[in-house]
This record gives sequence, C-alpha cells and structure tokens, in this order.
Amino acid sequence: MASALINVPKRAKAGEIIEIKTLMSHIMETGYRRTATGEVIPRDIITSFACRYNGVEIFRADLFPAIAANPFITFFTVATESGKLDFEWIGDEGFSETASASITVE
Amino acid sequence: MHEHDHATRRQFLGFASGVAMLGAVTLRPAEATPAMLATAIRNVVGGAVVRTGRVKLDVPPLVENGNTVPMTVSVASPMTADDHVKSIHVFNEKNPQPNIGNFYLGPRSGRAQISTRIRLADTQKIVAIAQLSDGSFWSAGVDVVVTLAACTEEVL
Repeated sequence: MASALINVPKRAKAGEIIEIKTLMSHIMETGYRRTATGEVIPRDIITSFACRYNGVEIFRADLFPAIAANPFITFFTVATESGKLDFEWIGDEGFSETASASITVE
Repeated sequence: MHEHDHATRRQFLGFASGVAMLGAVTLRPAEATPAMLATAIRNVVGGAVVRTGRVKLDVPPLVENGNTVPMTVSVASPMTADDHVKSIHVFNEKNPQPNIGNFYLGPRSGRAQISTRIRLADTQKIVAIAQLSDGSFWSAGVDVVVTLAACTEEVL
C-alpha cells in the first residue's frame, strides 16, 4: 500500500558529504478538515521519521500536520563506511514503514 | 448628570468591544495565535536567548498553492564534533498548530541543511530556530504571501 522512494548515492568517497532524499506516500490528513456533513476527519499523519547508518541513528524528524502530503525530506550525511542505511516512518493508526539502501564507500 | 451619562456610555463601549474581541477569538479556533507561537518556541528554547543569524530559511516569498510549499533550512556550521547543529525547529504563525517540524542532526550530518514540503493555511511568517552544540539558539524568519491557502475547512 504505502511506498517509499529513496535516493542514496550507490558509491561515494570516504568522507564525502552525500545528500539523501526520501519520499513516503501518505495522505497526511491534518485532522482540521470536515466532511460535507460537518464531521471532523480524524488526524492521520506520519509523526516520526528516522535514518540509521549501519545501525547508528544519523537523522531524525518529528512531523506535524503542517508537513505536506507524501512527506518529502532531504538531508545530508558523511559517507563513513560501506553498508546499509535504514529508514523508518511511524505514524497515526499504527502506520509503520521501513526502507533501506546500500552504499559502497571507497 | 451629563458627566454620569458619558461615563456609562464609555463603560458600555468598553464592554461591547470586549465582547466583540471575545467573539473573534472563539469563532476562529483553527488558527495558531502569536501567543501559541511564542509558547511553542519557549517549549524548545526554554529561557535561552535566541539570536538572529547563521540560519538561512528558503521559502518562496509568493506561494500560489499553500498545500505544498518547498522549504529549505540551512545553518552556517562546520558540523564537527565540537561545533555542530543539534536540531532545527520550524514554526508558523497562522496554521492551526504552531509547529511545522523538528529535525535532529549531528556531527555525522556533514552539512546542516534539510528540505521538505510544508502546508501554509494563510499569508504568514515562518520562523526557523537552530540549536547548536554549545547550547546557543539562532533563528531566521521569512514572510510568505499565500494566494491559495491549504484548506483547513475544506468540504469533501
């Protein structure tokens, strides 16, 4: 159902600063909108995003309803060693998704 | 007698304007107030002084669609173990909630820069605050004009 798009360079030089781009498909319902009958549509957002590089957390974000639908987040990290980057999105109504990417550092 | 009438009218006007202001507040619950913004900022910085500078907040000054507004925050920092940005917090003035996002970085980030897309319910001011590893806080503010607001009252 939900799907993630992540962009991590496949190769990098040791010590190089690399940009990581992530996008998770999600409605990010604010909880402030109403239906035609006037009922509030309950909030349904991603509240937390984290990235781990070989198990060590290198980036984390708290998200609020003011983040647009399909949260797109980019950040930077230093390419220290070859390995794996794990991404995790957690949200309302038990939403939990993960994705990962591998990188080769020369 | 005349004096007395005048005082009564003044009292009445004062009372009437008080009621009108109360009405304005209670009729618009879905909007953060400058007081809510100040409280949200205080929750992050505590009693620390927030200085202007070092932070760069890139948002288009004129936004056509408030539902998705690109935003980039960068902080001038060497990002070493001794001197780095610990977190970046973004706030707004007039969305239903004053918070937009909190982003936590560290020396391994290499560059103190994040981008995302945000929602803006109205023409308003956006504030980004960065906490550095030495405990200091730096901020930048930008005024954004929104022509089509992100609809909080939208009927489906």
